[in-house]
Amino acid sequence: MSAPVLDDPAPAGRDAVVRLEGIVTRFGRNVVHEGLDLSIHAGEIVALVGGSGSGKTTLLRHVIGLTRPAAGGVEVFGEALDAGGAAERLARQRRMGVLFQHGALFSAFSVAQNIAFPLRELGVMSRQEIDRLVALKLEMVEMEAAHALLMPAELSGGMVKRVALARALALEPELLLLDEPTAGLDPDRSASFIRLIRALHRELGLTVVLVTHDLDTLAQMATSVAVLAERRIVSHASLDETLALDHPFVARFFRGLQARRSRSNGAGAG
Amino acid sequence: MAGRALDEVFAAGAEGIRLAGDWTLRGLDAHLPALRVALATVHGDARWSLRAVRRMDSFGALLLWQAWGERWPVALEADEAQRAIIGRIEQSAAHALPTPARSPALDGVALLGAGLLAFAGHLAGFVALLGRLVLDLGHLLHHPRDWPLLEISANLYKVGVRAMPVSALVGFLIGVVLSYLSALQLRTFGADAFIVNILGMGIIRELGPVLVSVLVAGRSGSAMTAQLGVMRVTEEIDALAAMGVSRSLRLVLPKVVALTLAMPLLVLWTSAIALFGGWVSAWVELDIGLHFFLQALPDAVPVANLYIGLAKGAVFGFLIALVACHFGLRVQPDTESLSTHTTASVVAAITVVILVDAVFAIATRSIGLPL
Ligand SMILES: Nc1ncnc2c1ncn2[C@@H]1O[C@H](COP(=O)(O)OP(=O)(O)O)[C@@H](O)[C@H]1O
Ligand SMILES: [Mg+2]
Repeated sequence: MSAPVLDDPAPAGRDAVVRLEGIVTRFGRNVVHEGLDLSIHAGEIVALVGGSGSGKTTLLRHVIGLTRPAAGGVEVFGEALDAGGAAERLARQRRMGVLFQHGALFSAFSVAQNIAFPLRELGVMSRQEIDRLVALKLEMVEMEAAHALLMPAELSGGMVKRVALARALALEPELLLLDEPTAGLDPDRSASFIRLIRALHRELGLTVVLVTHDLDTLAQMATSVAVLAERRIVSHASLDETLALDHPFVARFFRGLQARRSRSNGAGAG
Repeated sequence: MAGRALDEVFAAGAEGIRLAGDWTLRGLDAHLPALRVALATVHGDARWSLRAVRRMDSFGALLLWQAWGERWPVALEADEAQRAIIGRIEQSAAHALPTPARSPALDGVALLGAGLLAFAGHLAGFVALLGRLVLDLGHLLHHPRDWPLLEISANLYKVGVRAMPVSALVGFLIGVVLSYLSALQLRTFGADAFIVNILGMGIIRELGPVLVSVLVAGRSGSAMTAQLGVMRVTEEIDALAAMGVSRSLRLVLPKVVALTLAMPLLVLWTSAIALFGGWVSAWVELDIGLHFFLQALPDAVPVANLYIGLAKGAVFGFLIALVACHFGLRVQPDTESLSTHTTASVVAAITVVILVDAVFAIATRSIGLPL
């Protein structure tokens, strides 16, 4: 798994898990998205790339339903975000897991309580079952069980990310939204993070949207790349197609990867 | 669960247990109570077939693993992926969560000790903050250019000017009520004119300063604690320290100075409005004219009482701000600590004010009383 591998794009069905149409977002006079379209299909791992401040986090917040675009439609799991009664909206919300850019752990809860919280809210599990699942999630993200009693303020940046991922995974989501998940992780932890997401993707047919600036993460995980530039998605295609794109942002963003690829290709040919 | 039948996911037959459908948190949700019962009654050496299971997540795997009594069944039909998921549950037993340490026998003693230590810690911290403030003032005497004038004036506006409407409203109402109740009593003795003495002494010397202190502790004291606390949570205070900016000079001193200056003015303002409210009520009830009221006031209340009231205001303001900053700086970086410290700050400030008020009452017992 050392060489950058690209999975077959979207082996699962063609139903769009997330569909964004004609999204317009404004903050005062600052227009962030203008007529943005994006469809994400079941089983895809989409890397959302774009310059800093280009509106990637804002786009994820639209999908979660935390903010509403000024215009345009957001559909999740084939239904409009605000369709149905409160119970249906809650059920839909529970099908997604979110890893916020800064972790957003509950500061008054310990690590274990943070992960247990969504499970407890569900109200169908015994305490033993919850403890067991919490231990499992902690192990999945390679946290030691001994760290379960620490408070978020006592964690390092990378640990916060991993606990937040464990919490996002707690409800076994079908759609996972990750905002810069590997920022702040050491290369070793990044690699195991990538392995974990790929394993979950394989076993559960998870759909993943991840915002990342890390080319290694992107090359090893993403089944497709969506490029956010000029306030819209300028391209949504496989990594190879994206690399071939003639666009100033793409050229700058992927420069390192292109250089590495041509080097390793040259070595392979030689 | 009338809606869906259990056999969508679980069927017990002669050849063993056949599982089907989605063994996921969401898929099993509707069947859960019935399923738990069914799983509990399965025989120990039954054959299990997971061939028809479409999806399985760790919750489904955990249910199975528990039903199997935490070991693999003798006869199991399952594919690699399913075995891997269940295998992870098996391994997680080795990583059980630690339980928080407790010492039940010593709990009471330990709690008492911890409480006393915490109190001593607060006292020491408070004195240290006070000392820091004195050192800062000494520094400012030699470096007048370092006075944080901008912060002081901003704080003056926040704790002084912005508090005027609410303190006026409360002062007016208290004045009206006090005067009304006193008037009822005085009328029965025919001692109408003494309403001026009661209102003047009560409000100027005692009620005005204490009333404003309670209001300000709730309004500005809590705001100061919360602000400093959030700055700790977001590491802003650390950032200041890293830039070499003294937090006591830039954050604590302006608040303390501003409240010490603003409180006497607020006391003056609130006492005046309360007296006005008292006169309104006296006018309605006892037909006492404004002219008489204003003329009788200086005779009934020696001016020393006004000075005592203003001095109390300054001291209470100083204490409220210092207590608020003390608690704000001790907030731990989590939301729970923020809320407990904000509450503690208001309670401690009001308690300290009332204690010091008693000290004032004793220390000034021979000053300003007309005879
Ligand atoms: N709550 C907000 N109020 C005003 N402007 C905002 C807000 N949130 C984001 N923005 C602006 O929207 C733009 C996109 O922000 P964001 O989505 O966070 O970018 P990024 O792609 O780096 O995640 C930025 O210019 C930012 O200043
Ligand atoms: Mg962002």
